[in-house]
Amino acid sequence: MIVFNNVSKIYHMGDEVVKALDHASIHIRQGEFVSIIGPSGSGKSTLMNIVGCLDTADEGEYFLDGMSIKRYSEKSLAMIRSRKIGFIFQNFNLISTMTAEENVELPLIYQGLSMNERKARVKEALEMVDLYPRRKHTPNQMSGGQQQRVAIARAMASKPSIFLADEPTGNLDQATGRQIMQIFHHLHEQGNTIVLITHDEHVAEQADRSIKIMDGKVYDETVGKEETDVPVSASAEETPSEETRQSRKEDPSA
Amino acid sequence: MILQSIKMALKSIKTNKLRSFLTMLGIIIGVFALVVLVSLVSGATNTITESISDIGSDMISVTMLDWGANNRLSIKEVESLADKLPNVAATAPAAQGSIDAKTKLKTENVMVYGTTPAYAEIQGYKMKYGRFLMKPDCENHTNVVVLNHDAAITFFGRDNCIGETLKLNGRAYRVIGVVDSGNQQMSMMSMLLNGGGMYTVYIPYTSLIRLASGIKLSVDSFYASAVDGNTGAAKDEINDYMMDKYGDEDMFYIFSQSEISEAMDKVTGTLSLLLGGIAAISLLVGGIGIMNIMLVSVTERTREIGIRKAIGAQPGVIRLQFLIEAMTLSIVGCLLGIVLSWITLQIINILANVSFGLSIPVILLSVLFSSGVGILFGIYPAHKAAKMKPIDALRFS
Repeated sequence: MIVFNNVSKIYHMGDEVVKALDHASIHIRQGEFVSIIGPSGSGKSTLMNIVGCLDTADEGEYFLDGMSIKRYSEKSLAMIRSRKIGFIFQNFNLISTMTAEENVELPLIYQGLSMNERKARVKEALEMVDLYPRRKHTPNQMSGGQQQRVAIARAMASKPSIFLADEPTGNLDQATGRQIMQIFHHLHEQGNTIVLITHDEHVAEQADRSIKIMDGKVYDETVGKEETDVPVSASAEETPSEETRQSRKEDPSA
Repeated sequence: MILQSIKMALKSIKTNKLRSFLTMLGIIIGVFALVVLVSLVSGATNTITESISDIGSDMISVTMLDWGANNRLSIKEVESLADKLPNVAATAPAAQGSIDAKTKLKTENVMVYGTTPAYAEIQGYKMKYGRFLMKPDCENHTNVVVLNHDAAITFFGRDNCIGETLKLNGRAYRVIGVVDSGNQQMSMMSMLLNGGGMYTVYIPYTSLIRLASGIKLSVDSFYASAVDGNTGAAKDEINDYMMDKYGDEDMFYIFSQSEISEAMDKVTGTLSLLLGGIAAISLLVGGIGIMNIMLVSVTERTREIGIRKAIGAQPGVIRLQFLIEAMTLSIVGCLLGIVLSWITLQIINILANVSFGLSIPVILLSVLFSSGVGILFGIYPAHKAAKMKPIDALRFS
């Protein structure tokens, strides 16, 4: 669950002050498939960085599964990313010297999982994207679509609470792009929360709903509405923790 | 996590073979220099020390400097010193002369020592055949001779030549014993220390007086050994005795074998330190090479660092990874250096027919030092990688 409460991000470029995010409020619930759409320069990437805990807000508050992200150190942010966020990037961002299976295994090493657990999860994730037979290939031995599927498998293996995809089809042809979108639909059917950032309306409209972003301003029609408006998938694996439930009570937007 | 980091480090070394090798070369050369030089010095030191202790490290030699002095020491007086002075175990007067020796086989100049039975004990000689000089030989100034190994081989063609006759200045001497020379270094050492040639023979002191014109009943030099290795105390006692007798320290010169050992230890110690220091400097230079390449590596792999951080690597993990990579470079370099040193020492051993071994403390030292260098010069690049911001790193292309 993602809650943005009047989040702002300000960059200083020389004398000029750029508001990449201007009092943005967003509400994405567990199990939702949401697209965030906006033209380039609209603050999409900034939004994604903050949602993905790669960056922190200058103003306002960000709650991820009920935890306020603002007050965490670099180390804790890394830990949150490790457990809760599954990144899928436009340019795949696989490590080129590692095989598909090593790439998928890497986040599991950082999670501190045992060898057996890692092996099982890598197999499961690669089978899900139909790449288990190509597990020994390095990224440059694979097509763009295959690389993106490895990247999705990598995100999947760590069992995150949110899949955060930044223009996942941006570097792919249409047919391959559709294939990738199929995988996202599949993930969504399994009860995963998916946030898809794109500038492509055709891609955006495949999500349950779209959040528009323009000049750092966000238009999320669900903010302020009741939580029950959005159906929470029954098969969601993540049950809200004690911490999450407590902070939901405190959360003014809920 | 550490195991994973080591695997990753080895992999990254493997993917950049040439670069890694060139980086390690600094460490390889440094360790090679350290191990080989120090092993050679310590090997040489051991050989020399053994030779010196073979000769008898508790030996004291006393030489009269003023040849014209009255009141000179007599053989009896020298021999009585062992009873008078508590820390002196034995004394033996010695005079030497270079004399022509002749057998049917060969005529050659030899170094003839005129001395008493105690000489063998003081010098630590072991007999290979026969016996050394005995008291009756000296009292009766009999014409008997003890040869060293080289002399026996040269004059008789074999070392068991008891009963044969050696002519010294035309007089016939009966061979009664051959001294076991031990190893080659010892005779080299005794040549150096005693100023004698390769051919050394020993006859009774009294016999030498008759043989050589310059030798008189008064003693010009004698050797002494100390009780239980108290060389210092024995030397002091002899010095006091001589001062009482002559009242002038310029009249005589006392010198102990252990002083050579000490001087030798000092020289080799300094040499080891100096060579070790030079090697340590080259190790440091190697470390700077590692830092250089690690900095390049961190910059090159900025994007990879960004990816790793995005998918959950904590700064500490990234720091550990690059630190381990730097240490792996230096330790692998160190091991290669040790292997190279071992091969080199083996080659030296075969070529020079010696036996220099790897010195274990030096190997430990070099492993320790290399690891230290790896950590020292790996910390900064690792820290640089660890503190990169994930978004900046991901944006880097």
